[in-house]
Amino acid sequence: MKQQEHPQDEDRRKLLKCMAWAGGGVLWAMKGGVLSAQTLDAATAAGNADFSFVQISDSHIGFHQDANPNVLGTLQQAIGDVNGLSVAPSFVIHTGDVSHLSKPEQFDMAQQAFKGIKTDQMFFTPGEHDTIGDSGAEFFKHFGSGSSGKGWYSFDYRGLHCVGLVNVLDFKPGGLVTLGDEQLEWVEKDLKHLSSSTPILVFAHIPLWTVYEPWGWGTADAPRLYSYLKRFGSVTVLNGHIHQIQQKVEGNMTFYTARGTAYPQPQPGAAPNPGPLTVPAGQLASYLGIRQVKHVSVKGPLAVTDTSLALG
Amino acid sequence: MRKYISMLMLASVCAALAMGAVRAADTAPPALQVKIFNYKFDPETVTVAPGTTVTWTNKDEIPHTLASTDKSFQGSGGLDTGDSYSYTFTKPGTYSYYCTLHPFMKGQVVVTEE
Repeated sequence: MKQQEHPQDEDRRKLLKCMAWAGGGVLWAMKGGVLSAQTLDAATAAGNADFSFVQISDSHIGFHQDANPNVLGTLQQAIGDVNGLSVAPSFVIHTGDVSHLSKPEQFDMAQQAFKGIKTDQMFFTPGEHDTIGDSGAEFFKHFGSGSSGKGWYSFDYRGLHCVGLVNVLDFKPGGLVTLGDEQLEWVEKDLKHLSSSTPILVFAHIPLWTVYEPWGWGTADAPRLYSYLKRFGSVTVLNGHIHQIQQKVEGNMTFYTARGTAYPQPQPGAAPNPGPLTVPAGQLASYLGIRQVKHVSVKGPLAVTDTSLALG
Repeated sequence: MRKYISMLMLASVCAALAMGAVRAADTAPPALQVKIFNYKFDPETVTVAPGTTVTWTNKDEIPHTLASTDKSFQGSGGLDTGDSYSYTFTKPGTYSYYCTLHPFMKGQVVVTEE
């Protein structure tokens, strides 16, 4: 298992050399102009991590266009990469768009594939492709166990408080999607009893910060969510939807979007519209990937490692 | 305004010339096509007579939907690449709609008085 290399990232190269000289190694590297690294002999090393989990996203089972004629194949490849991790993930989170068109047979096919993942449990949140025409009824029938109400839920795993949110059911013409008052009130209550030193993980499909408004890549009422999160020392937010890695740090909150397992999309504003990007033959795998997240019993953010399918 | 008048005149001439064809088509209900392409409804605004069936066809690689902004007409489910959806507009008015998957995509159907 290798980390994604970014040839343009001179700084990382230098840091790697420096670490080699110091007798350590670098655990994580991140795209988007932001570089974070921790030495392998720090507590974040895989063997010392409290536990790790994996995020996969945007599998779009049912998609059959040029950008990827075999989305089931690339999902299975991603699952193979998860199963190849040196430390098996305690759980796997899928951040939505499991299906392309919310069809039962697409959910069935994905569910069959997920059975092959070597992990204790999986958690899901729907994407807008999973809720077409039925507000997610079929999705929740397949993947909604553990959620209550309208699909949002929280759980605790060895000290980490995880919150799964739904931001694909309240689209307004011309604007950004919202979480809605009911869900935000629930979040406020859910977090209220926690001490500020509790590490928090939040995940939802559409980015919970505004990556690019003209394409709807953001959530209108996310600032209200931040108001409940800002008192916590470590908040990690994981999203999908945009099929590429973007990162943003705001105070103690770190936001990440993930690659998908199906097809890439253009960078924000780099094309007249979003949509499947057909890349030259042989390059698709380098645009798809999985994300491993490690939790350690120290203060600070979760350690995130993105790995493309090409390098997995 | 002048352009509008001349277009009207042109339309009348065309109608006169095409009288035979119009008669032959009298029994066929009016219909209009809207293309969904590059994350746009094309044309974004269409003006039709009452009774016109509007058919949207998705030419994008990604699914789209049509939802009435004020729920005044029945929207589509998910339209995969190549799928079409038709709706017959009988009452005059302005019908705004959008794609629930990509809410920045908007369009409207203006149904004229009889």
